[in-house]
Amino acid sequence: MINAILTIAFRDITKLLRDRTRIVGSFIFPIIFIGVLGTSLQQNLGKGLGYNFLVFVFVGVLAQTLFQSTAAGIISLVEDRQNDFSQEMFIAPISRYSILLGKILGETLVSVVQIGGVLIFAFIIGIPLQISGLIRLIPFIFMVSLFGGAFGVMVMSNLADQKSASQIFPFLLFPQFFLAGVFNPIFNLPLPILIASRIAPMTYAVDLLRNIYYWGTPEYAKVVLFSPILDIAVVVTESILFLVIGTYIFVRNERNR
Amino acid sequence: MAMDNNHIIDVDHLVKRYKKSDRNSVDDVSFYVEKGSFFSLLGPNGAGKTTIISILTSLLSITDGTVRIAGFDVEKEPHKVRQNIGVIFQNPSLDLNLTAEENIRFHAVLYNLFPFSPSYSLMPKEYKKKVDELAELVGIQKELNKPVKTFSGGMKRKLEIVRSLIHKPKVLFLDEPTTGLDPISRHNLWQYLQDIRKKEDITIFLTTHYLDEAEGSDFICIIDNGKIVNEGKPQDVKEKLIKKYIVLDAKDRESLKAEMESYKWNVEGEGPFKITIDKTGQDHIKKLHTPLTYLDIHNPTLEDAYVEIITKNKNHD
Repeated sequence: MINAILTIAFRDITKLLRDRTRIVGSFIFPIIFIGVLGTSLQQNLGKGLGYNFLVFVFVGVLAQTLFQSTAAGIISLVEDRQNDFSQEMFIAPISRYSILLGKILGETLVSVVQIGGVLIFAFIIGIPLQISGLIRLIPFIFMVSLFGGAFGVMVMSNLADQKSASQIFPFLLFPQFFLAGVFNPIFNLPLPILIASRIAPMTYAVDLLRNIYYWGTPEYAKVVLFSPILDIAVVVTESILFLVIGTYIFVRNERNR
Repeated sequence: MAMDNNHIIDVDHLVKRYKKSDRNSVDDVSFYVEKGSFFSLLGPNGAGKTTIISILTSLLSITDGTVRIAGFDVEKEPHKVRQNIGVIFQNPSLDLNLTAEENIRFHAVLYNLFPFSPSYSLMPKEYKKKVDELAELVGIQKELNKPVKTFSGGMKRKLEIVRSLIHKPKVLFLDEPTTGLDPISRHNLWQYLQDIRKKEDITIFLTTHYLDEAEGSDFICIIDNGKIVNEGKPQDVKEKLIKKYIVLDAKDRESLKAEMESYKWNVEGEGPFKITIDKTGQDHIKKLHTPLTYLDIHNPTLEDAYVEIITKNKNHD
């Protein structure tokens, strides 16, 4: 079982490192979000906020990239089922749980590699980042990434018999960018949006990373929504629920078509 | 119990109805495959070939009936079934970004033959020896460490086949393996498969559109609309269905016709004439005295038989 999980995870990482277009492509969104959206908002609206808006967007994009990249990797598992190596995994005498765990681990590592690029970019354009805050983030980066993977399993298992999984997925993901306040402060929201924002899993992923990064800084109270305990509780509980329920549905439906 | 009769595959009253469908995609199908034989499943698109192969390879659940592969029930012991089969899918299942060796290594680890290792140099000697053997068999010793995307279509297929042999499967399933290959690659691949079959004593289960590929099988099964419409040795299927005939002609057609009518042969046409025969046609030709200008003995191909079976079946609907 460990063998299979490691193999599947290792393959994902190898694949990423060999595929230069994919590496470059994975930097484009964060760079647009931080470089274009972040800097323009900072220039035009950021003055009266009392905190550096670019740093705020950077940490948000970090959470969003980790969450999204792992989730999308899991969704691709269903899409690829009729193609390339996924067929090879599904026909092997290994449990479906190993496939999902290996895939989540692999996509987590992939997304961690990807945020390395985002970090380099942030330093190049001179975002004033605190090294101590970044170091504190390391364990939580994995937590958020696994959370994204669990969310991906949940979505995939419910769309498993549809080819459209990857077409529906953006609609489940894109609104969360704004509901979770990746680029936008979300302290005051109209009621319906407030409810949606509190439901969106990404909200807690973004808030968790901001909690950890801004811990002990003067800006802390201005950028963070909930206590770190609440964020961790939500992320961990939902991760487990999504994984268990999602995997159960996936395994049950996989052969029952 | 299934093993004592030399059957490696036993399909018994198999029914498959997809969840959202109102008809059976596979409708009460029974057949068996003998150990070490070459079995072909033929049928038009949508006949149920892919559904059957998905069930036999444990990827799809059964609605009714039982399927046993190498003595294991596909519903109850899918892991055991998977350990005993190799599958070559219609779409190549190689990872194109990985090298040939990595593709083989990952397969070997997924089948629990060796512990995982991120690099070739750390793999056990036994594995390296095996890879060298396989590479030689396919003739890719030099390309072993090149990404698979640089390989030709025929080469990729061969690599998939050697990869699937590493865990010593008892049955090799090939789902339209030569689709998209040029004639020479097709020919090579077949020669190679026949070699392997003899060397490894493996059972081959083939689905194909190219009927000439099935011509060499020990047993064929033709399905249409989810039902078996014909089965047997290719020779028998052909003979049962299509009568052999001779086509002949002469300058003096009147004389030839009169001669043939005197023997009470079943003659069609006004020249050239077509007569159906049972055996070689030798006896018929010997009896004729009119000088012939044209003579052709028609031996039906499997394709002729197939077309007739499928068209007949359509007319019944």
